[in-house]
Amino acid sequence: MSKAPNMPGVYSLQVTRNERIASGVAGIAVALGDSLFSAKPGQFMHIKCGEGLLLRRPVSICTASQSEIFFVIETKGAGTQWLSERKPGDILDVFGPLGRGFDIPGSGFIVAGGGVGAAPLLFAAQAAAGKATAVLGFRSVKNVILEKEFAAACDKVLIATEDGSTGVKGTVTGPLDTLIRSGAYAGVLACGPRPMLAAVAKTCGRRGVDCMVSLEERMGCAIGACMVCSCRTHADGAERMSRVCKDGPVFNATEIVW
Amino acid sequence: MDMSVDFAGVRFRNPVVAASGTFGFGREYSDFYDLSRLGGICAKGLTANPRAGNEPPRIAETPMGILNSVGLQNPGVDAFIAEELPFLLSLGTVVIANISAESAAEYADMAEKLSGSGVGIIEVNVSCPNVKAGGMQFGTSADSVREVTQAVKEKSDVPVMVKLSPNVTDISAIALAAQAGGADAISLINTITAMRIDTATGRPVLGNNTGGLSGPAVLPVAIRMVWQAASAVSIPVLGMGGVSTGDNAIEMLLAGASLVGVGTASFNDPYAPLKIIDGIAKYMERRGISRISDITGKVVLN
Repeated sequence: MSKAPNMPGVYSLQVTRNERIASGVAGIAVALGDSLFSAKPGQFMHIKCGEGLLLRRPVSICTASQSEIFFVIETKGAGTQWLSERKPGDILDVFGPLGRGFDIPGSGFIVAGGGVGAAPLLFAAQAAAGKATAVLGFRSVKNVILEKEFAAACDKVLIATEDGSTGVKGTVTGPLDTLIRSGAYAGVLACGPRPMLAAVAKTCGRRGVDCMVSLEERMGCAIGACMVCSCRTHADGAERMSRVCKDGPVFNATEIVW
Repeated sequence: MDMSVDFAGVRFRNPVVAASGTFGFGREYSDFYDLSRLGGICAKGLTANPRAGNEPPRIAETPMGILNSVGLQNPGVDAFIAEELPFLLSLGTVVIANISAESAAEYADMAEKLSGSGVGIIEVNVSCPNVKAGGMQFGTSADSVREVTQAVKEKSDVPVMVKLSPNVTDISAIALAAQAGGADAISLINTITAMRIDTATGRPVLGNNTGGLSGPAVLPVAIRMVWQAASAVSIPVLGMGGVSTGDNAIEMLLAGASLVGVGTASFNDPYAPLKIIDGIAKYMERRGISRISDITGKVVLN
């Protein structure tokens, strides 16, 4: 990544690729051109979705290099539908990079992803140069994303599917627990649906392993000013409201009120 | 070309003010531009004690608009004065504190604490649609608007601006009640009570069921209400509601506003307030307007 000492900002970036990487999931690359910025794994970009929709959509950075950013976008509504239809040559209005990313452990760690939540973990695994082991859960074989990319970045990749159509049948929690007990891992970085994150956090808590989770919430400003993405956290025995966009999206799992 | 505005005795560098609830306490946007370029900042709404706000989701979308139901999450007036205000006051722009309370006496207590704290104006929020107690219940009756305004005026050493709700049948009567209570200015519109339902679940999209509508969708309602209110009162008006461009801001001024609030537009474009200031300047240049305050209320009716 570029270490240019610049601030997050609004960039007009050209789409260079749009490939369907799974059922209802698009992989979109944008060229950075001369828009130098440095992004941390776990950070996100707030992307404008055409003229009719007022709110930008927060999208995690899947990978970033000096020349491009790659996003994984699951079609969930009008905004993500619009994004998934972008063609090479189209311009995206992106604001970022924003939010608190993952602290990459200095020694071996596990990335645990659920569905498109796997995307930002690839960036984290790549940043660790082979020190990460991936446990990725999907509904079915047709929902599996980024398997080759994780294989290239990690020392091992385990896939779990709910219907058993590929990999282990079930959720990530079983294989994760087995992995934690079998090796010395410095921590677990997780991203996915909230119930999955709660289960991962519980497993890590039981085994005494540090766990960082990346949360998702509907956002307004995405920089911490409007308080629409608040989540319940606790610190020093007291409950408080934290901002997913600014205090997160990555939190220590023990901070979250599950 | 003079973009400055004298508003209830307070000088604003230009007519553009960041609207309360969309701009936090200024820190976040100060990472993106020099906030002294703004006419002023209305800080996030305060209550006497800290509030956690409503259950998520707190935001929903509708064509050219958003619904929010934050529910006045804030650290409380004391923490604001101790921890947030010094930073705001260092920015070199007018700071407006926005207060909500559960009784006229509580509004007055908060105003007393804020008087002499350095804030330029106290904005009395009698129009939050997202809290059960405090807020809009006061803003929908002329009698309670006058009562709350009077109570705040008695304890405030700085100009008092009353923020009005659009969820009323006769905005002129409410505006006149604020004026009768001694308000130095009024601001409007707060958000319009609104609701969306998720057809997949049959449940409201917002955790609080209802929320407040803002964004370009509400601009025509805001222009109409600012025009009606400004026509009724002799005190100055801060107009807001859906302003996203310099031209929208000019409309607001022509309707009778002296200052223009910009809120939701910042979510779409964090630099929106600056672009709106530029747009106003270009309009003045194009039309040969030497003082921006000259166009306030200059709509020519058909």
